[in-house]
Amino acid sequence: MFLPFFLELKAAKIPVSLREYLSLLEGLESGLVDYDVEGFYYLARSALVKDERHIDRFDQVFSHVFKGLEALSGDAGIDIANLPEDWLRKLAEKHLTDEEKKLVEALGGFDKLMETLRERLEEQKARHQGGSKWIGTAGTSPFGAYGYNPEGVRIGQHESRHRRAVKVWDKREFRNFDDTVELGTRNIKVALKRLRRWVREGADEEFDLPGTIHATAEHGYLDVRTRPERRNAVKLLMFFDVGGSMDDHIRSVEELFSAARAEFRHMEYFYFHNCLYEGVWKDNRRRLSETLPTFDVLNKYGPDYKVVFVGDASMSPYEIAMPGGSVEHWNNEAGATWLARVLAQWPQAIWLNPTPQKHWGYTHSIGMVRDIFAGRMYPLTLAGLEAATKELSRRH
Amino acid sequence: MRFEGTAAYVADKDLMVAVNAAIALERPLLVKGEPGTGKTELARQVAEALGLDLIEWNVKSTTRAQQGLYEYDAVSRLRDSQLGDERFNDIGNYIKRGKLWDAFAADKKVVLLIDEIDKADIEFPNDLLQELDRMEFFVYETGETIRAAQRPIVIITSNNEKELPDAFLRRCFFHYIRFPDMETLQKIVDVHYPGIKQNLVRAALTQFYEIREVSGLKKKPSTSEALDWIRLLVADDISPEDLRTDPKNALPKLHGALLKNEQDVHLFERLAFMARRQQ
Repeated sequence: MFLPFFLELKAAKIPVSLREYLSLLEGLESGLVDYDVEGFYYLARSALVKDERHIDRFDQVFSHVFKGLEALSGDAGIDIANLPEDWLRKLAEKHLTDEEKKLVEALGGFDKLMETLRERLEEQKARHQGGSKWIGTAGTSPFGAYGYNPEGVRIGQHESRHRRAVKVWDKREFRNFDDTVELGTRNIKVALKRLRRWVREGADEEFDLPGTIHATAEHGYLDVRTRPERRNAVKLLMFFDVGGSMDDHIRSVEELFSAARAEFRHMEYFYFHNCLYEGVWKDNRRRLSETLPTFDVLNKYGPDYKVVFVGDASMSPYEIAMPGGSVEHWNNEAGATWLARVLAQWPQAIWLNPTPQKHWGYTHSIGMVRDIFAGRMYPLTLAGLEAATKELSRRH
Repeated sequence: MRFEGTAAYVADKDLMVAVNAAIALERPLLVKGEPGTGKTELARQVAEALGLDLIEWNVKSTTRAQQGLYEYDAVSRLRDSQLGDERFNDIGNYIKRGKLWDAFAADKKVVLLIDEIDKADIEFPNDLLQELDRMEFFVYETGETIRAAQRPIVIITSNNEKELPDAFLRRCFFHYIRFPDMETLQKIVDVHYPGIKQNLVRAALTQFYEIREVSGLKKKPSTSEALDWIRLLVADDISPEDLRTDPKNALPKLHGALLKNEQDVHLFERLAFMARRQQ
C-alpha cells in the first residue's frame, strides 16, 4: 500500500531499495507504531533514509504523498478584499528551489510567469474557484492556491493546508543538509585508489611469513622476521586555481582536495590564479606576502611526482599567450612558457576542469590550455577523475 | 523490550522510534550527528535502560574487521610447537576472540556498540556486512561457525569522516541526532545538574546559542561542551549578570570549555576588535 510512496522516493533520487521498503513493512507489521502518523513518519525515515542529506528531500516527498491525511478545508482564511495585494506579497516571499526554477524555466522564465500573472490579474476582477485559467483556489492554473499544478505559484495561502496533520516533515528542519553533490568524497577516494603504488617502507611491523620460513629453514631454529607495511608511495603535486570564476566550483574542488589529502601521504599543493606564472602560494590569506617562486617548486620536486592542475582555465587568451597578460601583476614570461616548463619537469601531468565538458568549446582559453596539456584535460566528475587517474598511472 | 529514554538521557520521540525499530527488527542502528551530541552515550543508556550488558568496540584507523571476529596467533603456536608445549595441539588455544564473537557468544542479549566506524579503512564496513546481517561467521582455523544465540542490539556511531557504502547502509536503521533546540537543551541541563539556578542557565544558554551562530567557527560547541561550560560557571559561582557580554570583550567567560582551537578564539578577538573600532 505504500508502493506509490516508495516509487516517489525513488523518483526524488533518494537511494532506497526494496530491502529498505521491506524492512519498513516489517516494522509496521511488528506493531512498532500503531495509529500514530508521527511515529509512522519517524519509522519510515529511519528505515528508508540513510544519509542526513536526503532527509529534506524525504520530508518533501512524504508531505506530498500523504497530503490527503487531512480533509481539505474550504474556508482557509482567504480574505477576498485583500487578495491581489496579498498574492503579490506572497509571490515575493516565495523561495524557489532548484527544481522549481527549472519548472519556471519550462514555463518561459520567471519574468514571463510574472508578466502573465500581472496580465491575468488585470483581466480578472473577482474571486475564482476551480477552472483552469483564472487565478483562484483549487484549480489547475499555475496561479493560485490549493491547486494541483506542480508548476504553480502559490498565492495567498499562508501555510501548508496540511499543517495540522503533517507537522514534523513540513518543518523541513534538515534543509541545510540537502545538497545534490555529484561527487561524494567516498566516490572520489575510490576513484583515487587507482593511483596507488605499493612500496614497503618505514618500521618493521608486519609479520613476514615467507621470510620467517626461509630464515628458519636456513638457521635451524625459529627465526621470526618482520617487514614494513605496504604503503602507497605515489607522490602527488596539486595546483589549485583560486578566486574569480573558480568561486562557483569551491565545493567540488574542496571535496577533491580533502579526498586527495586523506588518500596520499606524499601530497603537496599550491595555489595560483587563472594561469601559472612565476609565483605560487600555499596560504590564500597571505598570497601577496608569501609567494613561492615557481622555479623553486620546479627544482624541489623530482620528475617522479604526478601533477594535477585544478582550474576552470577560463580567462582571456592573453593571460596564457602573452608576457604581461596576467590580470594581477606584470609577468615577464607568458603563462604558456610556465606551463611548458611544468610539463617538461613532470611528464605525468593532467588538468582537471570543473566546468562541464559540454561548455568547453565556448571558451577559447580552455582549448589553449588543453592543447598545451596535449589533450590531457578531464572534467571534474567521477568519470573524468577515473580517466585522469588512469592516465596518471599509466607510467610509474 | 522498549526504550523510553532514561533519567539521565533526554531522548526525542524520533530517536525512540528509531531505537525501538532497531530492537524489534534486530537490525543495526546507525547513529550520526555532530560530535558531542551523545551518540556513544546513547548505547550506554540503551543498555542501562534495558538492563543489558554493553560491549564496546572502539574503532581506530588501524582496526580491521577481522579483529572484531577473532585473531589467530600463529606466531605463538609456532613458538609453542618448537618448545614442545602440549597446548599447541589444540588450535583453539591460539584463537583470540574479538568483540563481535563476545557479543554473539553471550548467553544473554547484549548491546554491542561499534564506536566511530568511519575512523577505520574505507572497506571496513563492507567486511562486516554478512556478519552483521546474519549475525554469524565462520572460523576457518577450527572449522566452526559462530552463531548468535541471542541477536545483540547493535548500535553503530559515525562522525561522517568517511561515507559508508550503500550495501552497508541498506542493512541499518539510521538516525541523525540533530543539535537540540533551546528547550531540549534546557531539559538536558536540568537532567545533569538538578537544582541549578534557572536564570543562570537561561543566560548561559542564550549566550551559548549566540556563540554557535557566529559564522565561520571551525568547531561549533556542542551539547557536551555546553554541559562542561555550565559546570564551570557553577563552580566559579558566576552570576547571570557577569555573563552579559560587553561587545568590547567578545570572548565569553571561561571560553576554554567552548572554543577548542586558536582560530576560533582569534575569530572572537577579531570580532571584539571590530566592535571597539565601531564605537
